[in-house]
Order: sequence, then C-alpha cells, then structure tokens
Amino acid sequence: MPVEPQSVEEIAEGLRGVGYLPGDSTALVAFLAAKLGKPVLVEGPAGVGKTELAKALSRYLERRLVRLQCYEGLDEAKALYEWNYRKQLLRIQTEERGTGWDQVQEDIFSEEFLLPRPLMTAIDAEEPVVLLIDEIDKTDQEFEAMLLELLSDFQISVPELGRIEARTRPVAVLTSNNSRELTEALKRRCLYLWLDYPELDLELQIVRLHAPELDDTVARKLVEVVHRVRELDLKKPPSIAESIDWARALLLLGAEDVDADVFRETMSIIVKHRTDLDTVAERVGVQLGGLADARRG
Amino acid sequence: MPGAADAGCPAPPDGGGGPDSPTAARILSFAEELRAEGLSVGTAELLDAFDALAEVPWAQRESVREALAATLAKSQEDRRVFELIFDRFFFRAAEEEALERDVREQGGIDASDTHAQIDLDQLRAQIAAAVAEGDGGAMRDLARLAIAAFGRQGEGSGVIGVDVQRIRRALGLRSEPQPDLPPDDPRAAGLPRDHIREFEAQLRRELERAMIERSRKLPPSRPLNELDRALPSGPLQDLAAVHRIVTQLKRRLATQGHQARGRRRRQHVDMRRTMRASLQTGGVPIVLKHRPVRPRRPEIFVLCDVSTSVTSASVFFLSVLHALHDAFRKLRSFVFIERISEVTDIFERERNFKAVSEAIGRDAGVADVSGYTDYGRVWEEFLAQIEDELHPRATVIVLGDARTNGRDPRADLFAAITARAGRTFWLNPEPRLYWNYGDSVIAAYERYCEAFECWTTSQLEDFVKALTRPALGSTS
Repeated sequence: MPVEPQSVEEIAEGLRGVGYLPGDSTALVAFLAAKLGKPVLVEGPAGVGKTELAKALSRYLERRLVRLQCYEGLDEAKALYEWNYRKQLLRIQTEERGTGWDQVQEDIFSEEFLLPRPLMTAIDAEEPVVLLIDEIDKTDQEFEAMLLELLSDFQISVPELGRIEARTRPVAVLTSNNSRELTEALKRRCLYLWLDYPELDLELQIVRLHAPELDDTVARKLVEVVHRVRELDLKKPPSIAESIDWARALLLLGAEDVDADVFRETMSIIVKHRTDLDTVAERVGVQLGGLADARRG
Repeated sequence: MPGAADAGCPAPPDGGGGPDSPTAARILSFAEELRAEGLSVGTAELLDAFDALAEVPWAQRESVREALAATLAKSQEDRRVFELIFDRFFFRAAEEEALERDVREQGGIDASDTHAQIDLDQLRAQIAAAVAEGDGGAMRDLARLAIAAFGRQGEGSGVIGVDVQRIRRALGLRSEPQPDLPPDDPRAAGLPRDHIREFEAQLRRELERAMIERSRKLPPSRPLNELDRALPSGPLQDLAAVHRIVTQLKRRLATQGHQARGRRRRQHVDMRRTMRASLQTGGVPIVLKHRPVRPRRPEIFVLCDVSTSVTSASVFFLSVLHALHDAFRKLRSFVFIERISEVTDIFERERNFKAVSEAIGRDAGVADVSGYTDYGRVWEEFLAQIEDELHPRATVIVLGDARTNGRDPRADLFAAITARAGRTFWLNPEPRLYWNYGDSVIAAYERYCEAFECWTTSQLEDFVKALTRPALGSTS
C-alpha cells in the first residue's frame, strides 16, 4: 500500500529513512507535490541530488519509478508511444487474403500494436508511480509543449485511439540544469524548487550517512574544505556526490586528518579540471598547509 | 525573541482561507507587488498558492514563505526578487497593522537611559561573534541594541542607508582581515560578507521600524532598484558573480541555437538516409529522414571602449563573446580609448575573467595619453587596419557610451565602416535616458547602425541571442 504523508515533518522523516536528507524547502515542496498532485520542477547545479530526490521519493512512497532521460532530439515516438510498424505490416501481409481493409485498419491501430514509452507507462500504470523526467532542459521546445497536456491533466491524446487518461496520479519530478530557459507554460504547471549546494551542517550529515565509519572531525574538516573549494571560481565545483566519494576514499586510505599532504594526493577526487586543480592547489592546499604549521608551531 | 521582531509573519487566517478572507486579499496584493517587479504571476499560480497554503501550518513563517515561493517564483532570479519583496511586504503589512491598532514597542530603543547601561566593548564583541557565526536570531536582537548604542537615536541622518553604514563602521564589521586586532577577536580574520549583509538588513529593518513609530506613518513603498539586477559596474567588483553570469549565459546560448533551429529543421529530405531507413520496412519509406540545418556562424569584429566609465561592461561583454567563440566563424576583438589595440590573443590565452581584466589594464594600455575617448581617431585606425577584411557577411559590434569629450565624432568614417560590413550594432552601457545628454553623440552614429541599451544581463543576453540566431534577415 503506497504511503501517503500527512505533514511536512512526516515526509522529511520518511525521506531521511530512505537515505535522503532533505533541506527544509525540499521537504515542503515534496509534501506539496504529493498532496496537491502537481509536478515539481527542480533546478540547480549538477550533483546536488535532483535526480536522487525523485528516487528517494519513489522509495519512500513505495511507488515504482518511471524514468525518462531527456536528450536533444527526443521526440514523442521515444517518450510517449510508437506504433509497432513491423507487427502491423506482418498482420497486413498475413491477412492479405479474405479480409476487408476496414477490418484490418481497425485491427492494426489498437493497443495491441502500441509500444508504450516511459510517459505512456506512467500514465497507464495500475499502481501510482513516481515519474522522473530528467534533464528536461536538454530537449527541444516542441517537446516541452507536448508535455503540457500530460503535466496539467495527466492524460495523453493518441489520434487513432482517442484520449488516454491516467488511472492514478503520478508524482512527477522534472529536473533541469538551467542550461536554457524553460517556457512559461511549462513552469506555470509546476511547483518550483531551487536546489543549491547544502549548508555545511546538512552536507556533514549527508557525508556521515554515506560514510558512517569516517571519523567525525575528519568528516567536518572534509566538508569545510569542500565548501571552501566551492567558493573558488572553478569550472566545475565539487558536487555532493564528490564529497561522498572523497569521504570514502579517505576511509580506504585510513587518513586521520585532512592536511596539506592528504589533500594534495586526493584532491583529484573532488576537482576534475586541470586548470581547476592548479587553482585549488594554490588556494586551498596552501591554506591547509598554513593551518598545519600553525598547529605544530 | 523580542516582541514584534517576528512580526513579519503573515496574519493567521481570520475564519478560513477562502477567497473573501482578509488573508486572501493580502496574498492578492502581495502577488500584485510581485507583478510590479516583473514576475509573471498568473491566476493559475495564485490558485496553486492558495492550494499550497491550505496544506501548510500558518504560524510557521518559513513554511509559508516556501509554499508561496514554490508556487509563485519560478526561476532562481524570480526567487531572489521574491525574497526581497516578501520581506518588505510582510514587514510593511505588520507595521501598518501596528499603526492602526496603535501598538508601540516597549523598551529597548529609548536611547537616553540605555546608553549608560550598555557596555560598548562587550556589545561590539557580542555582535562580532554573532555575525561571525551567522546566528540570525542573535543578530536581530543585537541590531536593536546596536542602534540604541551607536545610532544617535532620534537624530539620525534621516537617510536609513547612511545610518546603517555609520553603525557598521562604528562596530568595525569588515569582510577583509584586520590584522591589528587581537587574534581571538572574530573580526581579526575578516567576517563572512553574507553575514554582514544580513546584519545590515536587520539594522535597516529596525531603523525603519523606529522611523515608522516616530513619524506614525508608513513611508511610500519604493520599487526595487533596477540596479539591483544591473551589470557589474565597478571594475573587478564581484568577480565570482560576473563569472557565474558568464558561465550561465554561455550554457544558455550554447543550447539556444538548437531550439531556434527546430522549426526549420524539417526542410530538406535526405534521400539517401530515407532509402536506407526504408529497408527496415521492406522498402516502403515510412520514415522520412531530413537534412539538418546548419546554424549561422557569423564573423565578428568587436570594438570596445575601455575608458574608465565603461571598462567593466566592455570586459564583461568581451568575455561573454569569447566564451562563445565556437558559435562564430571568426572573432576579433579590439579595445580602445584614444587609439585601438587588438586583444584577441589575450582572450584566447586567458579564460579567467580576472586575469583578462588585468591583462587589458596592463598590456593593452591602448596608448592612453589623455585617457579620453577619441572616436574619430578610433574609426580611422580601425578602417586602416581591417578595411580589407570587412565584407557583407561580417558583423561589427561597438560597445561604448559614445561620449566624445567634445571631439569630432567623425560619423562619416563610421558610416564607411557600416557600409562595408554586413551588420553593425552599437551597445550602449548607459540607460537610454542618458543618451544624447552632455557629450553623448550616439544620435550621430545611430543613423548607421542598430543601437541597443545594454546595462543589465538580460539585455545583454537578448542581444547575444539576436546575434547568434540562425538566418537573421538581410544578409544571409
């Protein structure tokens, strides 16, 4: 039986239970989404847990996750449905003799010949699902327009079959990296959530959750360093996933402190561009060294 | 938490949240203010907002704020404006209510006797600690004390911004390190700038509240300063912010060519690929394959004024263009004050905004004798250098304020340039209001080119979009 949260605290608690630590606004918007049945548009930099939010929601609500990964050139044949041409051709060939065209025509445009794609699957599911439309900003504007019908009324029009209405209301999550401005019409139909890099304490909790064996002081130091690195002007600032990777790496290495040496050896885990590496080594590495010296002296 | 300090909370619903209740009216006028600041808040959004508010507890200011934000503010930029308006609106609403019911705050702010009781040094230290930690509640309480102690209550300058800055200086709150202070003082290593801003906002709010109480009326509500969203104006002002804008613009512009192409994509059928695809369906061409339309790749010559008044706008614009260099067939940039010099190399070498600005300030000192722009000479040199390369497919962009300092504008030379180039644009980093006042002679040039005002990022973005749009009218 799918879970139905009754308050913001409940959903925050539930998400924490499945390993996702939501910020206040995240919990509130997730709650509104489940309660009002409106899709959520989640924007934010890469690697702050936009996709993870949808996955966590599906785990917590005990609903199946239907995922549509968007890319340039995605069209309705791949997102919604497609007629199974080959099967239709076969049918026409096998029934060539003896059947009238009218009958065949009725036959070949029935649901039997429909190949459901993610959006159709989400609409047509018996049990309510969580629908994740990932990186919606990668698609063309025409595709967005096609989504409008689905997002506002949860229905799809197939010209040959008529309207297919959702049997259950999916919780829909759309993510975007803000690489282009989405249309007003799409935004109008969604709740909006801007996910940013988390506050220090929240990120510390996240790191602890994913690398529980890591020493507390090391974990705090690590998160502080990551925050300092994010303040620099980098091509690609480290994401949460990268802090977690780093924490795990430190665990494997058995590091007892994040000092200048450890940092120099492992910083390629959180910084992925050569020019960024230089900047970070110069700015943060030196600071760490300075701290260590001060403590020794 | 003292008395009305949290009075920014919207009033609880008086008998339900139906559309006739006072609360609903308040939300509607809030939406009205958001619209006035350019957010598109439609009826659909408002209905959503009411639905959402029905689901969250009224007494929690943060929940109400998030619920409204999730339904009304649909981009990061909108969200920023939303925060400003939300604070202002509900602050004013609460104050208005207080005036109507004649509620006055007790204690705290009467300077005459508190002054003696407060240990000033201790207060300084407390405030510094609160700001260093970013403790919002403590900052709010301390702001009131700070005004009482340092604010010369009742005889302030009358301009709240001035008072805020005076108090901040008196407290020694600075973001840069202050080495002469003892090392255990939280101010010695410099305070986080965001926290200082927050404290200033608290000061401002308390001062406004005091002023409203003194004058017993609300000051007229002022629209948000458009400059809040303007391009960086001071040189090297806030580099991180500039860079963020550039990267975002770059990503947005890098993808926008594709969507503009969408409509024209299906023009030519690619016979070879169509036949190939038809093999799947026994030779029946069910799926048509089309030839993609290539985006236009213009050749661009940029001329940027880098005299002090417009330097940052120029460097900013050049970095945007160079960040987008893949979109152009060729890009050559020149900077000028009295004479021109080419800076294409600097941008190819350096990706870093700060380094570029420094390099331009240093190397491309632009034979800067008087430091006054000389447009006539600039056109002359420009023509001499690249006359042969200009052709009808080239685009010339000039960025400058067209202030000649009284020298001859030589519009005839400019006309010669525009005649050779396919398109010419003029970007003026001054608001249109100031054009043709004083020594601005943009009217002389405007006859030969398209002139845009360009002093906010959105104006700049619109322009760059127009520039890279495939097939724009006359020349291609």
